[in-house]
Amino acid sequence: MNSSLILSSTTFIYALASVFYIGSFSFKKHMLATAGFWVIVLGVVGNTTGIILRWVESYQMGYGHAPFSNMYESLVFFAWTAAVLYIFVELKYRESIIGVFVSPLIFLVIAYASFDPSMSSKINPLIPALKSNWLIAHVITCFLGYAGFALAFAFSLIYFVKPKDPNSNSVFAKLPSWEIIDELTYQMIVFGFLFLTIGIITGAVWANSAWGTYWSWDPKETWSLITWFVYAIFLHLRMMKGWHGKNLAFVSIIGFIAVLFTYFGVNYLLAGLHSYG
Amino acid sequence: MKKKETIPDQIWMFFCSVKLTVYTLVLLAATSIIGTVVLQNGPPQQYIALYGKGFYNLIKVLKIDDMYHAWWFLLLLLLLCINIVVCSIERISLTWKIIFPGKIRFNPDRFRRLKNGEIFTQKKDFQTLSSEYKVFLTQKVGKVLEEKTDRGCVFYAEKGRWTRIGVYVVHLSIILMVLGALVGSLFGFKANLQLDEGATTDIVYTAKTRAPIKLDFSIKCNEFEVKFYDTGAPDDYRSNLTIIEDGKESFTENIRVNHPLRYKGINIFQASYGTAAPDSALFEILENTTGESIKITLRIGEEVKLPNDQGVFMLEGFLPHFKFRDHDLGEAFFGKVFLSDKQSFQIALPTKFPTFDKMRKGQFSFVVKEFDQKYYTGLQVTKDPGVWYVYVGFILMIIGCWVTFFISHQSYFIEMEKTDQNTTKVLVSGKANRNNQGMTLKIKKFATILKGK
Repeated sequence: MNSSLILSSTTFIYALASVFYIGSFSFKKHMLATAGFWVIVLGVVGNTTGIILRWVESYQMGYGHAPFSNMYESLVFFAWTAAVLYIFVELKYRESIIGVFVSPLIFLVIAYASFDPSMSSKINPLIPALKSNWLIAHVITCFLGYAGFALAFAFSLIYFVKPKDPNSNSVFAKLPSWEIIDELTYQMIVFGFLFLTIGIITGAVWANSAWGTYWSWDPKETWSLITWFVYAIFLHLRMMKGWHGKNLAFVSIIGFIAVLFTYFGVNYLLAGLHSYG
Repeated sequence: MKKKETIPDQIWMFFCSVKLTVYTLVLLAATSIIGTVVLQNGPPQQYIALYGKGFYNLIKVLKIDDMYHAWWFLLLLLLLCINIVVCSIERISLTWKIIFPGKIRFNPDRFRRLKNGEIFTQKKDFQTLSSEYKVFLTQKVGKVLEEKTDRGCVFYAEKGRWTRIGVYVVHLSIILMVLGALVGSLFGFKANLQLDEGATTDIVYTAKTRAPIKLDFSIKCNEFEVKFYDTGAPDDYRSNLTIIEDGKESFTENIRVNHPLRYKGINIFQASYGTAAPDSALFEILENTTGESIKITLRIGEEVKLPNDQGVFMLEGFLPHFKFRDHDLGEAFFGKVFLSDKQSFQIALPTKFPTFDKMRKGQFSFVVKEFDQKYYTGLQVTKDPGVWYVYVGFILMIIGCWVTFFISHQSYFIEMEKTDQNTTKVLVSGKANRNNQGMTLKIKKFATILKGK
């Protein structure tokens, strides 16, 4: 039994959860959504085991570092944070139907890690710059932030598919009420914003102890700040200008595009200090 | 009578609009992208090669080659700061009155009209129930305000009034960070230092302008060490440094990546390393006709007599990159050979190619047998007196965001009414200044508990 095997099995578990949620949504069977929920819980168990095992394996190989050091590991952790946050939201708001938007997202993230041939799942030693206690705090907070924004993105999509007419025959008419979607999107963004803020700050404090400057306008830093600006705009529009609905959902989607660019675009397209993930 | 708006009033109104905040943030976000796409702080030739002469002039005028320090970008930041300050001044007097109202009042009708109200009937008499509910509300929320009504009474309790200050804390934190950055750029510096093993200096050169800065103390690099994993990836860089003050050694310390040395407001970081020129090496000199050979260690500048007194070899120096017919042969020593027949010529001895000098087919051939690889350590030396403002800003930012988004000013309302059947009709409702969904859930929970009493 090794971590890679467990994590690729987890991919299939999340795929199954998506199937259940989509089935529940299409055939209007609540039982399938309940099944989907428990499958996601199982997925999180597998995901957690995989991460812990990978941590242990790195110690056995003599490197001994938290599994947050390359793209593969960060994607696996991203899937984990998104799934855990989703479970929390479903338990709190009792709206299983939104799982149909979130579960495929979680599946896609971990599938990308598991099946993209260019993604190396090898455990490598840490480069000196990453050897710091700040690594764990920085990565966990950043990815909690990303997870919040990912869920907010999924909920924002609902604005564009749910019909205005509540008596419509469309399958999307069953989606939660506008108030709930609005509240959920807002809660997820507020959660993401707090953790992105802490993530940027821990990164800055770390940079100050590794390189001597807390801010050097490195592309990753700049893009995380751009993301922060976009969500700050979202919060001001909602709280001070009373924006709601589609217009605001649009801002949330732009925000998530900025998140994706911060996460992937900077690593693949721009050069900088952060190319490890 | 409406007061006529004077020009200062209009300016004030302009700076306290949220519209301005949104536009400034949009501009900051959009323009920040430029610096991640266009090369920053590069040499002019590179810009001309990449974008052509015309665009280079534009880049120069708008300082896009260093856009995060360009006047227009700093102006945007300044605009944001003024906006924050003016907005906060404009609103805080109102918020202050809400936070410290003198006497807390509540309007029962507003709570009766709330959508989240839960109504139920309890089979207990009014007196017992109201005293139980009062205890509950006091424990869960806080001090209870009471008002008599025609057929019963209402309770009101609240918490988190102070949380309304949270947003001002967030805004203050941004001002502090900008202030810290300003202090840092005015009174601090960022410099690089390349120090060979064994060398001492008290002069560093700023990263941007290469201007020399004299430190109050000298730094000596005793040793640099780099460790590798089996995979060949670097494991650890370590410099052993001694700080020298007034000609005396103060202390010696190891610095590593992520473990800098901080002394007298100056921070010294391990940034990079490289190979430094060695000052000596062990040479083998072969006399090709007789097969005779000698081995000798030479320092740069030293001479040695060739076998049988046929001349002299002088070691002149070391090249990190020796170019031979357009190929880089890497590190090489070079020296001069003076033969006794007055002939003299220069030779190069690449360390990676020991047979290189044999190919010259001379009477003597020279080989570098071994030499001590010397390193230089690349240090980043910084001083930033503004960092503490920034760190206080960081802490306030996190606390402020937490308070603003996750704690709210919550008011709870319970109304009890006597009925004719000796039961009591109860209404529970409440409101919060944010997260109303959460408040509705809380009221539901409250109602469930109160029904159980």
